Amino acid sequence: MLNIDSIQNGLVIDHIKAGTGMRIYHLARLDRLDCCVAIIRNARSDKYGHKDIIKIESVIDLDLEVLGYLDPNVTIDVIQNGEIVEKKKLDRPKKLVNIIRCRNPRCITSVEEEIDHIFHLSANGRYRCAYCEQEERRSPEGRRDRRMD
Amino acid sequence: MRHLIGPLDFTLEETEQLLDLADAIAADPAAYQEAARHKKLATLFYEPSTRTRLSFEAAMLNLGGSVLGFSSADSSSAAKGESVADTIRVISCYADIAAMRHPKEGAPFRAARYSRIPVINAGDGGHQHPTQTLTDLMTIRRRKGRLGGLTIGLCGDLKFGRTVHSLMMALSRWEGIRFVLISPEELRVPDYIITETIAPRGIAYEEVRSLENAMPTLDILYMTRVQRERFFNEEDYIRLKDSYILTAEKMKLAKEDMAVLHPLPRVNEIALSVDGDPRAAYFEQAQNGVYVRMALIMTLLGLEK
Repeated sequence: MLNIDSIQNGLVIDHIKAGTGMRIYHLARLDRLDCCVAIIRNARSDKYGHKDIIKIESVIDLDLEVLGYLDPNVTIDVIQNGEIVEKKKLDRPKKLVNIIRCRNPRCITSVEEEIDHIFHLSANGRYRCAYCEQEERRSPEGRRDRRMD
Repeated sequence: MRHLIGPLDFTLEETEQLLDLADAIAADPAAYQEAARHKKLATLFYEPSTRTRLSFEAAMLNLGGSVLGFSSADSSSAAKGESVADTIRVISCYADIAAMRHPKEGAPFRAARYSRIPVINAGDGGHQHPTQTLTDLMTIRRRKGRLGGLTIGLCGDLKFGRTVHSLMMALSRWEGIRFVLISPEELRVPDYIITETIAPRGIAYEEVRSLENAMPTLDILYMTRVQRERFFNEEDYIRLKDSYILTAEKMKLAKEDMAVLHPLPRVNEIALSVDGDPRAAYFEQAQNGVYVRMALIMTLLGLEK
């Protein structure tokens, strides 16, 4: 097994569905961090078979809404002095603002300047655009999503 | 402040009250000819829709109010690149209420978030058309005396037809509704209407391909046009546009008291020979559209008391 050093102070995003680690890396804006970030793909998992893990060598303010949207099953371990001092579990957020973009070319969000991209969690567990009510369409695996600024 | 953006913005009770007011207006239009005196309606039509725009304008003029606005994006500030949010903030300074038709879905919702006056969605792309829904509900109720306990056939373009989606969502709140969805495979009603609106409420429905077979069971037949502008592909449009045509022959299969509705304009999906049939309710529907928009304007402006 590949060895990645354990961290003394920082965060471990664990139990990421295998293959979605890079998506989390981009959408949670981890690519903008100055500290050391390790992405482990396809790690062995007793629970899921395979999983991705992200280790961040700093205790940063993670956007839990983004993580909850991407994968509500992930856990976040807060590490201090080499010990896990907190485990955070996530929920799927009821509303997403400027996290994903509506891909419906007929939606007002495709032309209006300075518009918030708002999605609501619908009864079927999918996110639906607040404007045109189209369900979110995720990009193919591995392709980088564009997050709103 | 109240807006009307989607077909479920008014509760069932509020909808019935609005239809009561529309019925009262229909019974005595003269009694309401000063109801909105000194009030102004802005008609913000970013795409052409003569029928809906004139219906709104007639409604406001019938109430003694006045009307201003534009009838295409070319003649509005949108051509200069102004956003919907900015336009409605400006229009809020000029008018008391606005009706917006826009080719982009969700534009009236966007406008309502920035508006200081009530906004009425007069159709947003292939999305919603709630005043058409109110018109349809009024016509059904006047013909059948109720909105519950009816078998409603919806025929034609059930995929792109926004009037169909809005009507199904609105009617699904009444007890005893049953839908018969009559369309070619390519123009089936979107799955989300079934999974989120119809199935969770336990509403009976069936999807069929034959208009003739469905006819005898229907209390209402709602015909729709296969719209050219909703297709990306001209070949698909030509292949499907004549799929479901209502003729006098097919009308013989229907109940004596069935009513045929159509949001208009029709192209050829209802033969002219059906127009003289007492069950044809589509021109009456256009008249009801004015009454229900009068009731809506009064309600949103708080003039109904």
